Amino acid sequence: MFVFSEEDEKQIEKILNRYPEEQKRSALLPLLTLVQRREKHVSADAMRDIGRRLDLSPAYVQSVCSFYTMYSATPVGKYLILFCINISCQLNGCDELLAHTAKKLNIEIGGTTEDMKFTLHREECLAACSGAPMMRINDTFYENLTSDRIDQILGSLD
Amino acid sequence: MTQILFHNINKKDLHTLAVYEKEGGYKGLKKAFAKEPDEIVEMVKASGLRGRGGAGFPTGLKWSFLAKDVFPRYLCCNADESEPGTCKDRELLQKNPHLLIEGMILCSYACKIETVYIYLRGEFYDLCEIMETALEEAYAKGYLGKNILGSGLNLDIHTHLGAGAYICGEESALLNSLEGGRGEPRMKPPFPAVQGLYAQPTVINNVETLCVVPYIVNNGAEKHAAIGTEKSKGTKLVSVSGHVKKPGNYEVVLGTPIREIIYDLAGGIRDDNKLKAFIPGGSSVPMLPADKVDTPYDYESLQAAGTMLGSGALIVMDHTVNVVEISLRLASFYMHESCGKCTPCREGTRWMWQILQQIQTGKGEASYVDKLLDICDNISFKCFCPLGDAAVAPVISGIENFRADYDELIEKMAANTAV
Repeated sequence: MFVFSEEDEKQIEKILNRYPEEQKRSALLPLLTLVQRREKHVSADAMRDIGRRLDLSPAYVQSVCSFYTMYSATPVGKYLILFCINISCQLNGCDELLAHTAKKLNIEIGGTTEDMKFTLHREECLAACSGAPMMRINDTFYENLTSDRIDQILGSLD
Repeated sequence: MTQILFHNINKKDLHTLAVYEKEGGYKGLKKAFAKEPDEIVEMVKASGLRGRGGAGFPTGLKWSFLAKDVFPRYLCCNADESEPGTCKDRELLQKNPHLLIEGMILCSYACKIETVYIYLRGEFYDLCEIMETALEEAYAKGYLGKNILGSGLNLDIHTHLGAGAYICGEESALLNSLEGGRGEPRMKPPFPAVQGLYAQPTVINNVETLCVVPYIVNNGAEKHAAIGTEKSKGTKLVSVSGHVKKPGNYEVVLGTPIREIIYDLAGGIRDDNKLKAFIPGGSSVPMLPADKVDTPYDYESLQAAGTMLGSGALIVMDHTVNVVEISLRLASFYMHESCGKCTPCREGTRWMWQILQQIQTGKGEASYVDKLLDICDNISFKCFCPLGDAAVAPVISGIENFRADYDELIEKMAANTAV
């Protein structure tokens, strides 16, 4: 059963205050984000809770949640690696580096390590093109990657 | 070289209110408040400023289209920077958040707006935190909140994070997303200036566009209009990426030859290779061959050359590239990002990707190129929003300018079959 924490409740109140009283469904994405960041996924239970708060049907919440790539139905690892494969990174050799990363973690692209530490995804442009090739791990951008640097970054994460 | 946005971008701690003010920041507010709101709109019109997000629509004109006497009105700052090749707004948000806040305050005063939402792409969580800290500083100093500097203007600015959808950079999809919906575009008209956020009159401006406004208010419309070419006024941040020695964001006066941007600012092609092609305005605009490198970087010259200035992302490719490979990667991107609302875009982007995939992997036939062009023709201008039009740009321009790259892969296939 999903329950928001007291800390979350304070955050939710702050979020709801940003929008006009009669437009509280604007808080849908921020609330889904809150859940995704804490739980590493958004469960049907959490969607129902959010729907109740915002007067939205479970089906509606589900339809919005499934539209956006940053919400996942199953838990992602402690470190979510988003590896940019778009044009500027492609021109700078991201394909080889992505393959190197998958091999290093011993997972398929899109997969999660057994210890739930790393999830590796292909990602579209992340707006760091002048630092290509690049990846984002949780909230941090890592630019000008080489295979050595990737090994070093992965090794530095607990 | 004249710089409006980047002259002090690497100043230490510029992101703090104290340093921003020391650099002359927030001086525009008093100047603006001494004038009538309409005068500021006229000023921005006279400055010649055009939207820096992609479409290049005149900013002052956009502001003047707001439905008369309908309130409340909203400003949405488009910080959903997702156009492949583009990373300029990220640098502004990270290093100079108060410049954007000042620009938003000035726009709000001019347009009689009391609520602003900054729609940041979900992956900009770190920038959202920087922006929130800057907003707190601005509230504490009285630049936001009630009766700002005694002007009678009440203004609140909120951040709002997206959650991973390229389409939300399109203004009507952004509004749907901000209202808690799927990021699908709306039918236009009504335009946002008449019925935007919550069906109220709404201005939607890109980060860079709003960041230019303090310069105009501080220095006058004429000073801004004196920079650039006849139809392209001011400067533009250009994100240079790909096969150059010094990729980065560069601020150039509109009308600067592309050759200067690639060879002087960005240091030339890697390994001193030969330039083959470049995309001047982000992945959604047609690519050009190397012989167009002397084209001036401005709206009208790029249009005359058959492409667009777009978001200002200059993607450079050297002679080692096969254009099919590039077009395939971009086709995959547009297929992934099509919201699925309109059939031509939803189905067409997938078909394009499938055919390009066949050609790239050596399974192409001579008829495939015409088939691709036919699909492009069936997507172009047949959807609610320009995503489909963007998706066909790299394919059509690739075929037109680099047909040999397609033929090479297809002929290789034909030769193999013959054996």
